[in-house]
Amino acid sequence: MSISLFLEQVLNGLQFGVMLFLMSAGLTLVFGVMGLINLAHGSLYMIGAFAAAAIASWTGSFWLGLVASLMAAAIAGVIVEIVIIRRLYKRDHLDQVLATFALILLFSEAMRWIFGAFPLFLDVPEILSGTLSLPLGIEYSKYRMMIIVVGILIAVGLFSLISKTRLGVRIRAGESDREMIAALGVDISKLYTLVFALGAALAGLAGAMVGAIQSVEVGMGEPVLILAFVVIVIGGIGSIKGALVGAILVGLTDTLGRFLLPSFFKIFLNPSSATDIGSALSSMMIYILMAAVLIWKPSGLFGNNAK
Amino acid sequence: MIKENYFNIICIILLLSVPFLGLILDEPYYITLATKVVILAIAGAGLNLVLGYGGFVSFGHAAFFGIGGYVSGILASHALNYYPIIEWPFIIEGTTQMLIILPLAMLISGGFAFLIGMLCLRTSGVYFIMITLAFAQMVYYFAISWPAYGGEDGLSVYLRNNFPGLNTMDGFSFFSICFVLLIFVLFIISRIVNSNFGLALQSAKQNPERVAAVGIEPIKVQLIAFVISGAITGLAGALYTDLNRFVSPSVLSWHTSGEIMVFVILGGTARLFGPLVGAALFIILEQFLGGITENWQFWLGFILIIVVLFAKGGIIGMIAKERRNG
Repeated sequence: MSISLFLEQVLNGLQFGVMLFLMSAGLTLVFGVMGLINLAHGSLYMIGAFAAAAIASWTGSFWLGLVASLMAAAIAGVIVEIVIIRRLYKRDHLDQVLATFALILLFSEAMRWIFGAFPLFLDVPEILSGTLSLPLGIEYSKYRMMIIVVGILIAVGLFSLISKTRLGVRIRAGESDREMIAALGVDISKLYTLVFALGAALAGLAGAMVGAIQSVEVGMGEPVLILAFVVIVIGGIGSIKGALVGAILVGLTDTLGRFLLPSFFKIFLNPSSATDIGSALSSMMIYILMAAVLIWKPSGLFGNNAK
Repeated sequence: MIKENYFNIICIILLLSVPFLGLILDEPYYITLATKVVILAIAGAGLNLVLGYGGFVSFGHAAFFGIGGYVSGILASHALNYYPIIEWPFIIEGTTQMLIILPLAMLISGGFAFLIGMLCLRTSGVYFIMITLAFAQMVYYFAISWPAYGGEDGLSVYLRNNFPGLNTMDGFSFFSICFVLLIFVLFIISRIVNSNFGLALQSAKQNPERVAAVGIEPIKVQLIAFVISGAITGLAGALYTDLNRFVSPSVLSWHTSGEIMVFVILGGTARLFGPLVGAALFIILEQFLGGITENWQFWLGFILIIVVLFAKGGIIGMIAKERRNG
């Protein structure tokens, strides 16, 4: 196995991790600030992807598609928050799970209604097709490289938003004591809507960017949603830093597990059963990682309360 | 407003009337639907024990449902192919005998519930929801990528398993088996809930510190409840394989966990007959809406949201008078 192949897999893991971060950031913010567990976050990812594919094929511009994904997911987020989610903040987690589970059914069927049952495709723009030559003889897809860069930029932006700006102060205040900041005159329901829309927009963007690698179809958000749950459980619910570390960890574990485990088992097993065991085990790796983290730290790496 | 007990009796009568109606009208499909309701109600009853009475929300019960289903499918497929499950150190043959398969399915899914519960119960609240979900996904991906028993395509079992003295391929006989098991499960659960153990479980939901203060370890009580719950849901899974004569990873998917949860909440959490009412309503809605429109899931989601937002306590909560606890 050559070192450049290995490094390429590391980059793939990083790209996957960055994408997971975009998903988990919204999920963990919404949980941290509003105490809401939102299963429909994956639907916002799907809406972003569909909006991007539709606008990109209509206008012919991938970039307009990306903008559309941000807008569509944010708008869908605002509508859902005002109409339904808002009524769930004071309910227990059971009601939140059920209502947002119902929202998934609603959104998935709505997408099938509008766009039909066949998957859509989103083309990578001209300028990002082809590969990039990196040191050590690595040829890496320009598009995937862009996802990594965009993801890192957004992570930096999000951290400075939360630690440097007035909005960030309010979000952090909302996390620690929501009655208090309402008493201090902050319009708490507007803040909630804003946070929800921000999370939704990030999920939509992630959906659009992944949409160009995979196909855009109904149900695409659900596997990612569950991975995002794993990420925020590992990182500690409510912590953006935890989401970033967790996302990178999960991305690398999954990608490298799929790459390394089958060849690892080939050392002492015959090739066909090595592939079987390797692939079965590698699809379970991230859950094993999560279980290990929880045994070690029951409230995640950066979490401080398990409520 | 009527008493919950009367309401429960009405439910049983209504449920029993469906397969008889099927026999009279010669519509075997009605019998299949009633059997499906009964099996799903057993699964929901298992979840209700932890979700309703225990107060911890497991989003991973598909794992136990699917494990029970695969135990049944694997044993039967080995028996039908005359190929032993293991040959060394001693030979274990497959079997098609329900009296062996069903307890074994309960034992194995209960064993998995013990392992998963031991890890998950270290956490609580949202962490518990997500980690149970993640464990179920782990089992799901294992089933998909493990090729020995069909992998993603699933495992077909050509004949239903046998039950002494009955022809299980006859829909009504199979319904009777499932129905008797449902009544048995509900009886056991009502005994558990009203026992000292059940009281400890329900107190641990309201105030774990106090339970600990009187000398009962809440986690131990919750773990036992989780194991019983997993075993019951596994029983339902094994029956479900028999009903469809097919098992595939889709029974392990998180949609199944969500649906089992919907049965419990739709009917009313911590109500003995809640899962039965919920499962029946779910199947009726599925059939009714599915007949009207292709996009029935949209309307199902719509109705669910209305129920969550405006009908606290589920159907039984709206109809029956007194609330049993908390």
